[in-house]
Amino acid sequence: MSREVMEYDVVIVGGGPSGLSTAIKLKQLKPEINVCLLEKASEIGAHILSGNVFETKALDELFPNWKELKAPVKTKVSEEKFLFLGKKKSISWPTWLLPKVQQNHKNYIISLANLCRWLAEQAEAIGVEIFPGFPASEILYNEDGSVKGVATQDMGLDKDGKQKDSYQPGMELHAKVTVFAEGCRGHLGKELIKKFSLDEGKSPQQYGIGFKEIWEIKEENHKEGLVMHTAGWPLDNKTYGGSFMYHAENKQVFLGYVIGLDYQNPYLSPFDEFQRFKTHTEIKKIIEGGKRISYGARALIEGGLQSLPKMYMPGALLIGCDAGTLNMPKIKGSHTAMKSGMIAAETIVEHINKNKNLSLYEENFEKSWVYEELYAARNVKPSFSWGLILGIIFTGIDQILFRGKLPFTLKHRHGDHETLKPANKMPKIEYPKPDNVITFDKTSSVYLTGTNHTENQPVHLKLKDKELPINFTLEKFDEPAQRYCPVGVYEVQTENEVKKFVINSQNCIHCKTCDIKEPSQNITWVTPEGGGGPKYGNM
Amino acid sequence: MKILVAVKRVIDYNVQVRVKEDGSGVVTENVKMSTNPPDDNAIEEAVKIKESGKATEIVAITIGEEKAQETVRKALAVGADRGILVKTNGVVEPLAVAKILKKIVEKEKPDLVFMGKQAIDDDCNQTGQMLAAILNWPQATFASKINVKEKTLEVTREVDEGLETIEVNIPSIITCDLRLNEPRYASLPNIMKAKKKPLEQIDASELGIDTKPRIEQVKVEEPPKRKAGIKVANVEELVQKLKNEAKVI
Ligand SMILES: Cc1cc2nc3c(=O)[nH]c(=O)nc-3n(C[C@H](O)[C@H](O)[C@H](O)COP(=O)(O)OP(=O)(O)OC[C@H]3O[C@@H](n4cnc5c(N)ncnc54)[C@H](O)[C@@H]3O)c2cc1C
Ligand SMILES: Cc1cc2nc3c(=O)[nH]c(=O)nc-3n(C[C@H](O)[C@H](O)[C@H](O)COP(=O)(O)OP(=O)(O)OC[C@H]3O[C@@H](n4cnc5c(N)ncnc54)[C@H](O)[C@@H]3O)c2cc1C
Ligand code: SF4
Repeated sequence: MSREVMEYDVVIVGGGPSGLSTAIKLKQLKPEINVCLLEKASEIGAHILSGNVFETKALDELFPNWKELKAPVKTKVSEEKFLFLGKKKSISWPTWLLPKVQQNHKNYIISLANLCRWLAEQAEAIGVEIFPGFPASEILYNEDGSVKGVATQDMGLDKDGKQKDSYQPGMELHAKVTVFAEGCRGHLGKELIKKFSLDEGKSPQQYGIGFKEIWEIKEENHKEGLVMHTAGWPLDNKTYGGSFMYHAENKQVFLGYVIGLDYQNPYLSPFDEFQRFKTHTEIKKIIEGGKRISYGARALIEGGLQSLPKMYMPGALLIGCDAGTLNMPKIKGSHTAMKSGMIAAETIVEHINKNKNLSLYEENFEKSWVYEELYAARNVKPSFSWGLILGIIFTGIDQILFRGKLPFTLKHRHGDHETLKPANKMPKIEYPKPDNVITFDKTSSVYLTGTNHTENQPVHLKLKDKELPINFTLEKFDEPAQRYCPVGVYEVQTENEVKKFVINSQNCIHCKTCDIKEPSQNITWVTPEGGGGPKYGNM
Repeated sequence: MKILVAVKRVIDYNVQVRVKEDGSGVVTENVKMSTNPPDDNAIEEAVKIKESGKATEIVAITIGEEKAQETVRKALAVGADRGILVKTNGVVEPLAVAKILKKIVEKEKPDLVFMGKQAIDDDCNQTGQMLAAILNWPQATFASKINVKEKTLEVTREVDEGLETIEVNIPSIITCDLRLNEPRYASLPNIMKAKKKPLEQIDASELGIDTKPRIEQVKVEEPPKRKAGIKVANVEELVQKLKNEAKVI
C-alpha cells in the first residue's frame, strides 16, 4: 500500500526543548513558514525526563517576556551544597571553591517536561502543527542522497508484523529541511551520523544513564530552592557519576543519580547503585517519612565538543542532544539544546530565503555562546577517566584557574560499549534488598512510570543476532542487560535447564541505554507504535 | 440517522493514581489525561455505522473544563462530524451530566445516544441509565455487539450469566463495552481536518441546570497494600493453603 504524502517547509522530529525552540523561532522569523513537529510520546512532555536546574539564557532570547507569559519557571535556586560522600561520613565542599560553571545561584529548579508542554502551547498558538503520538520511524532520501523527510510508524501491526483490523499505514512527510531533535541517542540520528559520516575525526561519543525519582517529603526537611549535588559513595573511584537533589515547589524533591556508561564491571547495576545511594544518612534523613511518587530513567550524552558530530547534511540538521550539545561539567543540556535549535531556525530561514547552504549552521553555531561554553567545558569529562580524585584535581585547575582555556584538548578513547571487562575478571556486587520505604525493586518502580506498549505489536528492541545473548554475552559478561536496563526489560530465564533471553518490551521506558551499552552493539532500539512508552508527569 | 456520542476526559488508565494527602480526592495535576476507554468504543461504533451508510451525522459531546476539548477533538479526528463542549467547573455528578445531556438531546434531536458503560475515574456506571430514565427512552447497556435494523437495534449485552441479546426501539441510549470493537487510530491528515471541524462551546449555566453535587464525598483512601505472595512447592500445598489459610475453597 502506498503511503500518503504531506509537504511542509520544515519537519521537526522530537518535541523536546531543542525541537520546540526550532519550531518557535522559525515562526517568529518567518510567520508564513509551514512547520510540523512529530513527537513519539502520547503528549508533549510525557517522554521528557531531566533534573532540572535550568539556565534561562536561551529562554530569555526566545521569549524575553517569559515571566508574563507564565512559563513554568518559578523556583529560583536559593542555596547550594556539594557533598563528598564516604560510606559513613561526608565532607561538605565549600561552594565558593566550585568551578564557576557549577554554581547555580542565577538558575531555576523546573520540570523540563512541563516547560516543554508550555513551549508546545506557545508554538501551537503561532501556528506550528504538533503531532504527539507519531514517532518518525524512517528517513526518506531523495535520489541525490539528500534527506527528503521522514515517514511515521505504521500503526496496528501484530507481533509478527502482520496487519490487524486497526492497521493504519504510516505517512510520508516531505520537507525542504528536516530537523532531527530526538534527544540523546536518537534512533534516526544514529542512522544519519553513520550514513553521512558526521562523526568523522571525532572522539567516540560518551553517555551516562540518569535516574530520577520525585519524592514528596516532610515539610521540616524541605527547603524550596536548595540544590545539592554529591560525588563519591557508593561508586568506586573508577566509576564516573554522582547525584542531584533539587528542592522544588509543593514539598517535592527531584532526586537523581547519573552514572557514566563507560563503567567497567558487568556486575554493576546502575539502578541498584542509585537505590543504595539513598540509604546514605545524608540523603535518608531528607527523604525519610516522605513518599516516592515518580520514577524514570534516561540516557544523557556526555561527549562534549570532542565528540560533537557535524550537525548539518544535505536536507537536514541534527540538533540538541541528538547531536550532543550537553555541557557536562554543568550537567546542563536544556539551554544549549534550545539555543542549538534556535540557530537551526535562523539557518533554515537563510537557506529558504536566500538559498544559503545548510553548512551555514556550523558557522552560526561556532559564533554562538553554546560553542564558547562547550569549548571551555571540553576537558572535564575525559579527565575523569583517570579516576575521581585526579579528575577533581584536574578540573579544579582547568575550570577554576584557567576557566577552561588550557591550550590542549583531551580525547575520549573508547565507546561505552567497549569498556566492560570480562565477568570472570571482575568482582561480583551484592546489593542490599529493597526495604520498600527508601529503596525499591524494578518492578514497583516501572509501575510509577506509567509505561505501556500495545500488547500485540512487533518487539521494538531488535537483536541483530538472536543467539548472541546466551551464546556469548552471558558467558563472557554475565549478560549485563539484566542490570543496565533500568526497568528490567531483559531477563535470562532457565526453562528445563535451557537458558533463554527474554525481552519484556512492553516495560521499556525509552531510555536508550541498551542501544548504547550492549558490548557487541547487538541491540537496536527502534520506535514502537505511537503513544507507547512512559507517561511522565512533571519529570 | 443522527448519533450523539458522549465522551469523558479521565486520568489515563496507565497512570498510577495517587490519593491527595488530605484525602479530599486524587491528584490530577501533572497527570496524563485521555478519553475514557469505552467512550472510544462508542465513537468507533458510531463511525462504523455511519460508514455503512446507516447514519448521517455524528456529534461528539463532552462536559467538563476547557481542556476537555482535546477529548472532543480526538473524537472528531476518528470520524465525528461536530463537537460540543459544555463547560463546567468542579465535580459534575452522573445526575447532572444526564440532565445536561437531556438538554442537548432536546436541542440536537439525535436518534441514538452512544456512551461508555462506565467511566474509569469514578466507576459509577449510572449516567446512561439515568439519561434513559429522564428522557423516558429505551436503553441497552454493556453492548458488545450492535446490529442496526429498520427501526430498532439488536444489541448483545455482556451480563454476568454470559451474553444477552435484546432488541430496542430507536430512539434509544446505548452504553458500550470494551469488547464492542477495536477503536481505530487517528491518522495525521484526519487530526488536521479535526482541527477545522466545528466545536460549539456552551456554558452549563446557560442551560439552566443545577450541577451542584448531591453527594458528599467523605474521604478518599488508597486500598490497603497487598501482602507479599508466597511460593508453594506443589499443587497439594496450594490446595491445602487455599482451603485452610485463605479459606477460599
Ligand atoms: C537525569 C538527567 C538530569 C538532567 N539534568 C539537567 C539539568 O539539571 N539541567 C539541564 O539543563 N539539563 C539537564 N539534563 C539534560 C537535558 O535533559 C537534555 O540536555 C535536554 O533534554 C535535551 O533536549 P533535546 O530537545 O535535545 O532532547 P530531549 O529532551 O531528549 O527530547 C527529545 C524528544 O524527541 C522525542 N523523540 C525521540 N525520537 C523520536 C522519534 N523518532 N520520533 C518522534 N519523536 C521522537 C522524545 O520522545 C523527546 O520528547 C538532564 C538529563 C538527564 C537525563
Ligand atoms: C480502562 C480499563 C477498564 C476496565 N474496566 C473493566 C470493568 O469495568 N470490568 C471488567 O470486568 N473488566 C474491566 N477491565 C478489564 C480488566 O481489567 C482486565 O480485562 C482483567 O483484569 C484481565 O485480567 P486477567 O487476569 O486476564 O489479566 P491481567 O490483568 O493481566 O492479570 C491480573 C493479575 O493476574 C496475575 N497473572 C496474570 N498472568 C499470570 C500468569 N500467567 N501466572 C500467574 N499470575 C498471572 C498477575 O498477578 C496480574 O496482576 C478494564 C480494563 C481497562 C484497561
Ligand atoms: S529496554 Fe533499553 S531503552 Fe528500554 S528501558 Fe531498557 S535499557 Fe532503556
